[in-house]
Order: sequence, then structure tokens, then C-alpha cells
Amino acid sequence: MSEDDERQQSPPSDLEFVSNKARNCNATGSGSGHPEFQSTYPDQVLENVLENVLHFLTSRRDRNAASLVCKSWYRVEALTRSELFIGNCYAVSPGRATARFTRVKALHLKGKPRFADFNLMPPDWGAHFNPWALAMAKAYPWLEKVHLKRMSVTDDDLATLAELFLGFKELVLVCCDGFGTSGLAIFVSKCRQLKVLDLIESEVSDDETDWISCFPEGESNLESLIFDCVECHINFEALDRLVARSPSLKKLKLNRYVSIGQLYRLMVRAPQLTHLGTGSFSPSDIAGQGDQEPDYVAAFAACRSLVCLSGFREIIPDYLPAIYPVCANLTSLNFSYANITADQLKPIISKCHKLQTFWVLDSICDEGLQAVAATCKDLRELRVFPVDPREDNDGPVSEVGLQAISEGCRKLQSILYFCQRMTNAAVIAMSKNCPDLVVFRLCIMGRHRPDPVTGEPMDDGFGAIVMNCKKLTRLAVSGLLTDKAFDYIGRHGKLVRTLSVAFAGDSDMALKYVLEGCPQLQKLEIRDSPFGDAALRSGLHHYYNMRFLWMSSCRLTRHGCQEIARAMPRLVVEVIRSADEEEMDDVVGTLYMYRSLEGPRTDAPKFVTIL
Amino acid sequence: MSSENGKRLLETDAGGLNFEATELTLGLPGEPRVTSDGGAKLGSKRGFSETVDLKLGDNNQEVKLGHSLQEAAKSPVSKTQVVGWPPVRGFARRGKKSCKYVKVAVDGAPYLRKVDLEIYNSYQQLLTSLEDMFSCFTIRNYLNEKKIDQVNGIEYMPTYEDKDGDWMLVGDVPWQLMKSSEAVGLGLKTAPKYSSTN
Repeated sequence: MSEDDERQQSPPSDLEFVSNKARNCNATGSGSGHPEFQSTYPDQVLENVLENVLHFLTSRRDRNAASLVCKSWYRVEALTRSELFIGNCYAVSPGRATARFTRVKALHLKGKPRFADFNLMPPDWGAHFNPWALAMAKAYPWLEKVHLKRMSVTDDDLATLAELFLGFKELVLVCCDGFGTSGLAIFVSKCRQLKVLDLIESEVSDDETDWISCFPEGESNLESLIFDCVECHINFEALDRLVARSPSLKKLKLNRYVSIGQLYRLMVRAPQLTHLGTGSFSPSDIAGQGDQEPDYVAAFAACRSLVCLSGFREIIPDYLPAIYPVCANLTSLNFSYANITADQLKPIISKCHKLQTFWVLDSICDEGLQAVAATCKDLRELRVFPVDPREDNDGPVSEVGLQAISEGCRKLQSILYFCQRMTNAAVIAMSKNCPDLVVFRLCIMGRHRPDPVTGEPMDDGFGAIVMNCKKLTRLAVSGLLTDKAFDYIGRHGKLVRTLSVAFAGDSDMALKYVLEGCPQLQKLEIRDSPFGDAALRSGLHHYYNMRFLWMSSCRLTRHGCQEIARAMPRLVVEVIRSADEEEMDDVVGTLYMYRSLEGPRTDAPKFVTIL
Repeated sequence: MSSENGKRLLETDAGGLNFEATELTLGLPGEPRVTSDGGAKLGSKRGFSETVDLKLGDNNQEVKLGHSLQEAAKSPVSKTQVVGWPPVRGFARRGKKSCKYVKVAVDGAPYLRKVDLEIYNSYQQLLTSLEDMFSCFTIRNYLNEKKIDQVNGIEYMPTYEDKDGDWMLVGDVPWQLMKSSEAVGLGLKTAPKYSSTN
């Protein structure tokens, strides 16, 4: 493939290629054949072909690889990338991103690290969407889709999206904050082409604005409206009218201020729904006792396409039988807000033969999990959340439930399991019974808790997971763990990309094992573990390959982190102080470091020191 | 999906607890609490958002407290719990059967607070919590007739508006009765209100 010396004068665009074809054929004289057939410059043909082919390349990893082949491929790939994913908003500046990729239609941005969800990071740390919104308004006026996770989004940003992007279609905000119902009101009123508005686990402030009423009149293009996390009253009549005029609506997830009676009305309007979040699933207080209850069963029966059910935010279990008609078709069921018992679960779950994703509260106990294992042979993802997330000696779920699941659900790929006690035997059993596991996150809520049967640390259990689950890419460990567990992870966890560690390990060796042994490691989050500067140094060879490293309440010192910062200029090393720490303390409360092309960010708040 | 992050601040505040002794730190049971490397008491977490505003298990948008309140707000933070552990998101409560929110207004304060009566088991807990929320005012502990440290010389009487719209003095009726009768009615109209005396 020739270098593009001849083509450097014209910046590539597909329109220019077409016209250059004719122009360049006289300039070069290269290639053989009759002049009439010499209609295109051979390298240009190659680039056109490449452009057409690369349009089909969607995986960003494949695209990244393609862009490294040569300058020509780099350029063409940049032209044809329509979906831009940036895993850390501070790794690259909006200007740099928009300069390289000129034809982006969809932007996916992630901001704060995950531990920010658990109050381990002060508010106002950063991850502001604003500079991105402004940069894209200039660079991509045709932008259609924005997907943000853990970013701070303001009402003004929402207004920007709606006003400056005329064809804007899809907004997905996951774990975001900084905006309110007034921002939503402006957004929905101006965004006429809107198809998707998904607010997922985001914090939306209640400015007491009736945003539902702000959707424009007339037929709407809405396909998905998810607002179950919005903790504000909504105007139900306006919502009812909106659903009535949204014939394409497939996904609707209501918040807990929608009563079951109101749900009924919406379901009757939209039997075509595939994804439904039921809201409170209880009657409103105003409903009189003697009123005729609607036929909820019939409403569910009419929803023949329903495959994903969630909500149940304030469930009255008496109403559960209403969902029987849809159970057989469900592939995803989220009961993680429903405090129900095993007996209340059983009649439901016994009908859910096709279930692949199940989120539930530990109120169902081991017995409930056994029922799940008995029926849900196709289960791929299980999440068991605690009703009472405190450290305790007793809990409703234990190794018994995990063992049952491992025996019944052999196709399991992803598990998140909160419990008070767990044995190595059950974890080892799961490692053998469920070889397809990609995600294994076990949270034994009692810190430093050993195997209650043997008294041993949990090293062998997690060791078995990394040894036997050859596809494992994400791991979260807990319980009493010595350095040995981390030795296992370093030796066998060759595909692990995300690792979460809390209250674990004995010494620096543990962290060294991981940093030296796991070549695919990209995200490492550690809290309250005895790892110090020496351990940190052992990762110098790898930090540029990682998205980030988080270490809080470990044994790092400021000068240790400074050493890293000096050794690695393209790493941003942030030391985050908590309220009671002095600025020049040598002890580091929280270290958050990440690779970046931009150097220290300019929007860091006072409690962040960038070394 | 998220779950309650277990910031049951006042449930564990059973009055008179020696918080130092129950403070959880990194290390196996029986280890000395002060670690050899001095400053860092591993595992005892300085919470961030907890010291700024007391989010009592809900995610209602609350007015951010001023700096002076941060200091006071630190003390009632449950010392028997580590911040951010277990790692369950606090955006919404899971499985909570009921909640009884009331608005709390203090005469002369520019903001209201929302309080969930459900999480308190006694008047004492409620008053202690309110005192920390509004620590720039002195709230008279009417139940015990104890004088709480005076900050600016003005005492406040805790009162509430019951379902009949009458202003009642906190402590007149048993705790459970007030809790169940106050939360009755559409929306959250009832508001314990603090009116200044003297």
C-alpha cells in the first residue's frame, strides 16, 4: 500500500474522493491501459473500497486495530467511525476527539469511577458533560445519540442537546446527576425527533416542573421512555395521553409514583410493549376500598410481546398473580425492589422457563434461590441484592443458595451475590458447574469473614473461580483473603479486565501478583487493603494499558504516588482528600489515576491534588 | 440497580453508645485500633456526602447545608458502619415497606428538610437528628427538660401540625401514635414546625 504523499493536499471526504477520481487520472499517469479506462487513481480505489468496507466494522476494538495498520487506514477508519466510545472522559479532550473523528453520530461517554456510587468520592469531583456538549454542537450538528454514564449533566446541557442538534433521537443517562425536571422539560419540548429517553439510576432533582406535559403534541416517535429512577410526582393524565399518541412505544418504565390502577390504564393503551417497569405496583392511597378493581390479569395477558418486566417499587404481593400470563415469555425479570418471600416468589418463578436475567432481593432466602434453580435452566445473569445491607452474622441467603444456583443454572454467565456468609465449597462448586462465567462478583458483607465451616480464608474459592472459569473477565472478591488469593488471580486470571478488591490481602505482594500477572487488567478498584508504595511501583509497566486505578484507604504515601507521576508523564495521578485531611499530609486517602493524552485537567476541585 | 446503602443513621443511635469503642477499623478482631503507621486509621471512613447532608435513606433533593453544619453533621453519622460498605447504591431504597415523610421547617431558617419518621424509634432519636440538621439553632429537649448547649441564646420548641391542623407540642402523645397519625392524609401536608420562643 503506497503512502499517501500525493494525496496530502486534499483532506479526505467521500465527496472529494468522487471528484478527485476524475481530476487525478491525468496528474499521475500511473497504471497501465487505455486512457479511457484509467478513470481512477489506484490508491484512491483502495481507499474507497476501504471506506465502504470499514462502514461495516462496528466493534470498536476491531476499529482500533484497523486504525493502526497505516496512515491511510487510520484516516479512513476515523472517517467511518460513527459511534464514538470514550471510557474515561478525561483521557482525551473533546477537541482532540472531534478533530480525529469527523462524522460521529453517536457518543458514549463515561465519567466517574464506580466507587463514586458508594460515596467514596466527594460530590463535584468532575466529569462534566458541558465541554463535550459544546464541542459536539460545533463538530457534529447531525449527532443523534448520546449515552452517558456517571457524568454530571446540567439542565443547560439538556437544553443544548435539544436545541443544537436538530435530529437528536436518543438520550441515555446512567448514574448521572446534576439536572432536574426543569432540564427534562426543556429537553423533551424541543427534541421533536426523540425516540429514546432512558434515565437509569440517575439522580434527578425535583424542580416541581411537569416535564411529562412538555412533550410536543401530535404523534410522537417515542420508542423507549424509562424514568423509574425519577423521584418526583408526574402528571399521570399527560403521561396517559403521551402513551396514547406513541404508537412505536416499546419500552416504558414508570416510577414509583404511578399506582397499579394507573399502570392498568397505560397497559391497555400500549399492549405492544416489550419492556415494562410497573411503577409502585400498589394502589394509590386515594383508591376507595369498595371500588371495582380493574382486571389486571387481562391487561398482562394482552401484552403478548412482553419479555422484560421490572418495577414493583412498593409492591403489595397480593397483586403478583396478575403477572402470571406473561411469565412464560419473560427473558428478564427484575424483582430487586420487591421485598417478597420465597412462597410469594415460587408461583411466579415456576412459570419463568425462559428467564435469562433475574434480579432479586435476598428476602426470597435460599429457598427462593432453590426455586429459581429448579426452573430457570436458561439463566445467564443473576443478581441478589440485600434488603438490609448491614454487616451481620446471619442473613437470608448463604452458600446454600449459591450451591443450588450453580447446580440448576449451568449456563450462568454473570452473578452478583450479596450474602452474610459463604463457604469455599460452594464457590468451588460454582466454578465447576458454571464454566461459562464471565462475571463473578461475590460480596460477603461481613468484612474479613472466613469460611464459617472450615474457618479458612476464602482464597481457595476465588482461586477455583479464576482457574476453572476460563472466560472470566470481571471479578469482585470479599471475605477473609490472604495474599494467596491474589497469587491465584495473577496466575490464572489471564483474561480479567475488571477487578474489585475491598478489605483484603496481607501485604504488597497481593497487589504485585495482580499487576504482574494479569495482562488484560484495565480497571482496578481497591479499598481498605494494606497495599503501599512498593506495590504501586510494581505496576509501572502496565498502567498505560489501563483505564484507571483506584486505591482508597490503603497504605499509599504522597511521595510514593509522586514517584509514579514522575515516571509516567501520560498518567494523571489524582490524590483526593477527604474533609478531615490536611493538604500536605503524606498519607494518601484516595488515589485515582488514569492515562490521558491531555495532562492534568483544568476543572479539578480544591480537594483534588494532581501530582 | 441499587439498594439502600444502609445508612441507617439513627437506628443504631440507641443513645449513650460509646462510638469510639464500636468504631470499625481495618484489621482482625482483637487488634489494637491505632495502627503503627500513625495517621491513617484504616477502615474508619470519613464519609463525604454524609458529612455534607444527611440523606436519610432517600434521594430527595435536599438543600445543601452550609459549612457550619458540616461539623455538627459529622457526629451523628453512624459510627458502626463503614462508608460505602457494602457496595450497594443509595439511589433508592429497596424493599422498604413504608415511609413517612414530613417536612421540617425552622423559623428563621431559609430551607426545609424532609425527614422520614419511619426510621426513628423514639422522640429522642428524632430530636437528636433534627438538632444536628439545624444545629445553628438550639432545640429544647422538651421531653427531658434538659438544656442543650446554647449557641445563640434562642431556644426552639419542637411542635407539629397534626391531621386536624392543630399545632401540637412534640412529646404529648406516645411516639407510635404520633408517627401513625401524622402520616395520614394526602401527600405530606403535615409538617413539624419549630417556632421560636423568647
